[in-house]
Amino acid sequence: MRTFLTVAGLTLGLGLSTAAADEIWVSNEKDDTISVIDIDTLEVVRTLEVGERPRGITFAIDHSVLYLCASDSDTVQVIDPETGKILHELPSGEDPEQFVLHPDNRHLYIANEDDAITTVVDTETRKVIAQIDVGIEPEGMAVSPDGKIAITTSETTNMAHWIDTDTQELFANTIVDQRPRHAEFTHDGSELWVSSEIGGTITVFDRESQTEKAKINFEIQGIHPDRVQPVGFEMTRDGKHVFVALGPSNHIAVVDPKTYEVTDYILVGRRVWHMAFNGDESLLFTTNGVSGDVTVIDVAELAPVKTIKVGRFPWGAAYRPTN
Amino acid sequence: MIVRSIAKYLAILWVCCGAAHAEVAVTVGYLEKVEPQPPVLSNLDPIPENEGLAGAELGLKDNATTGRFLKQTYALESRIVEEGGDFLSAARELLAITSFIIVKAPADELLALADLPEAGSAVLINAGSPETALRDASCRANVLHTLPSRAMLTDALAQFGVRRKWTDWVVVAGPNARDQAFADALDDSARKFGVRILERKVWDVDADMRRNAFQELPLFTQDFPEHHLLVVADETDDFGRYVPFNAWEPRPVAGTEGLVPAAWDRTVEQWGAAQLQNRFEELAGRPMRPVDYAAWAAMRTIGESVTRTNQAEAGPIRDYIMSEDFELAGFKGRPQTFRTWNGQMRQPIPLTHPRAVVAQAPFEGFLHQRTELDTLGIDAAESACTAF
Repeated sequence: MRTFLTVAGLTLGLGLSTAAADEIWVSNEKDDTISVIDIDTLEVVRTLEVGERPRGITFAIDHSVLYLCASDSDTVQVIDPETGKILHELPSGEDPEQFVLHPDNRHLYIANEDDAITTVVDTETRKVIAQIDVGIEPEGMAVSPDGKIAITTSETTNMAHWIDTDTQELFANTIVDQRPRHAEFTHDGSELWVSSEIGGTITVFDRESQTEKAKINFEIQGIHPDRVQPVGFEMTRDGKHVFVALGPSNHIAVVDPKTYEVTDYILVGRRVWHMAFNGDESLLFTTNGVSGDVTVIDVAELAPVKTIKVGRFPWGAAYRPTN
Repeated sequence: MIVRSIAKYLAILWVCCGAAHAEVAVTVGYLEKVEPQPPVLSNLDPIPENEGLAGAELGLKDNATTGRFLKQTYALESRIVEEGGDFLSAARELLAITSFIIVKAPADELLALADLPEAGSAVLINAGSPETALRDASCRANVLHTLPSRAMLTDALAQFGVRRKWTDWVVVAGPNARDQAFADALDDSARKFGVRILERKVWDVDADMRRNAFQELPLFTQDFPEHHLLVVADETDDFGRYVPFNAWEPRPVAGTEGLVPAAWDRTVEQWGAAQLQNRFEELAGRPMRPVDYAAWAAMRTIGESVTRTNQAEAGPIRDYIMSEDFELAGFKGRPQTFRTWNGQMRQPIPLTHPRAVVAQAPFEGFLHQRTELDTLGIDAAESACTAF
């Protein structure tokens, strides 16, 4: 795996002169745009007009299309990444905020923030196949690597709702700390991590028993614990690091997923929200909502290397390989 | 409608409990004493009749959604006592049904309720009265407060003044007791944070300001000394709306008019607040007001404690609310907890003008050994409350 990645990286490096560079796509919540960042030059090379209040952003597994939650347009837009054109829209339920694409590359699980519903959409037939009642203000969405479980977290109900993707029904509801924002399964699928913005914690659940296995707290010298608010996070495939955006504390925490200990804090822009890696996970791009920029972090050095101005209130980020 | 159907379930649930996952059913009371409103110059903004109750209803819906996943059910019983009605017998009626009551009533009525023998072990949550004394010398162990005290509001404004270096104030206060209480709170906050109140005048002009604001206010404010901020103390909402742009000096207006510190405002939209605003608007057909917010927060406080403890008895719930484990996500960016010395909910205070949030207190630089939120309102060291 590692060799493959290195080779892929080299190929990319060598191919620079001829091929287009890989990209990071950033949704700008208050500009109704997407900023496309060229990973080689670390500059914005395209700005696309999209629907109202774009938030959740993810590519199809083969990167053939981009899915985008246009929350205030009450739709998920399907965008051609080559041309930037909106191909069509998917029914999404009201106020779609965040979603996750099932490993079958076909079903989108969408959190409808204003409706206390998770909507399941078939991207091929463009039809809603299920709507699942969840807690108030559903936001965080995750799916297990084997595709059997989908998760919705609800911000005001303070729960992770466990959805059986065969029946599209809830089979467990687990309480977490105040205002859960984001959820992710570990790459081996054995654990579910859920961040709680106001609670200031990440809760780690055992997937089999749905019981709490660990709780991670954050502490930054000189910043009151109230302001240390974990929101988006991403895990490296090598199992070494979990990067956690800490909102208004303007820091990213680095967590060791084996010991659940915080090993480092990295200063980024204001109100850091979500993030995306490049292809070989050597760089991490964080969206900083209040400062309207993206911080680029060198993953090996665990240090910020550049800040890139994007649109107003950048929310989510997604990686697009072009080779 | 939802409330009624949940109430019907209660009887069934009470019988059932004995299994390992016992169902928990909670009834929360809402008790309001309708206050006579003094006449005001303009009737542009009447106080909605369901102010407070609508917030409790939204909190009930929020609680019920969470409860659905935990076999916990919630019901709301409300009693609205009209002017001249018997407040205490309505209170006794509610206390016979539940130990949890959200109260919107003037301070003296609230105290009479708290001192009823039947209320001894109850959890009463004040969502209607900003009287600082209720959190100070007149505090009661069975009364918690989700509405900020006047002191918290004026402290927020004083911090803003210091932060902007607008520290020379003049005050125009209405003649009513509430207006004067707000002006007194301004005095205290000014002393606390180093603001200078250069002069305070009582608005006692007996004229219809719709016709005369243009003529009266420049004259009334002409002899004020040089100042940065013209602060209005008009809780009654009588003359305040005519002050901006009509004073002698071109100075910004703040207090109960202009830049207003409050528990909540329709312009608050950060920290997920837009969702709360939408849910409220959908339920009530109007924007959420501070008293609605306080009633919502009171209902959610009870719900949150039931969720976490799986208990519905007043004793354990009160213990949990006052413990370090309790926190409420109140859509203002900070966890909201209760002060152990007087039962006041800690909370940020937005400062807004009619179209936007200007800032939110506490401000950076106002430090506190416990939490910056305790720079707003009565701190432990200065508290005259002995009931806690």
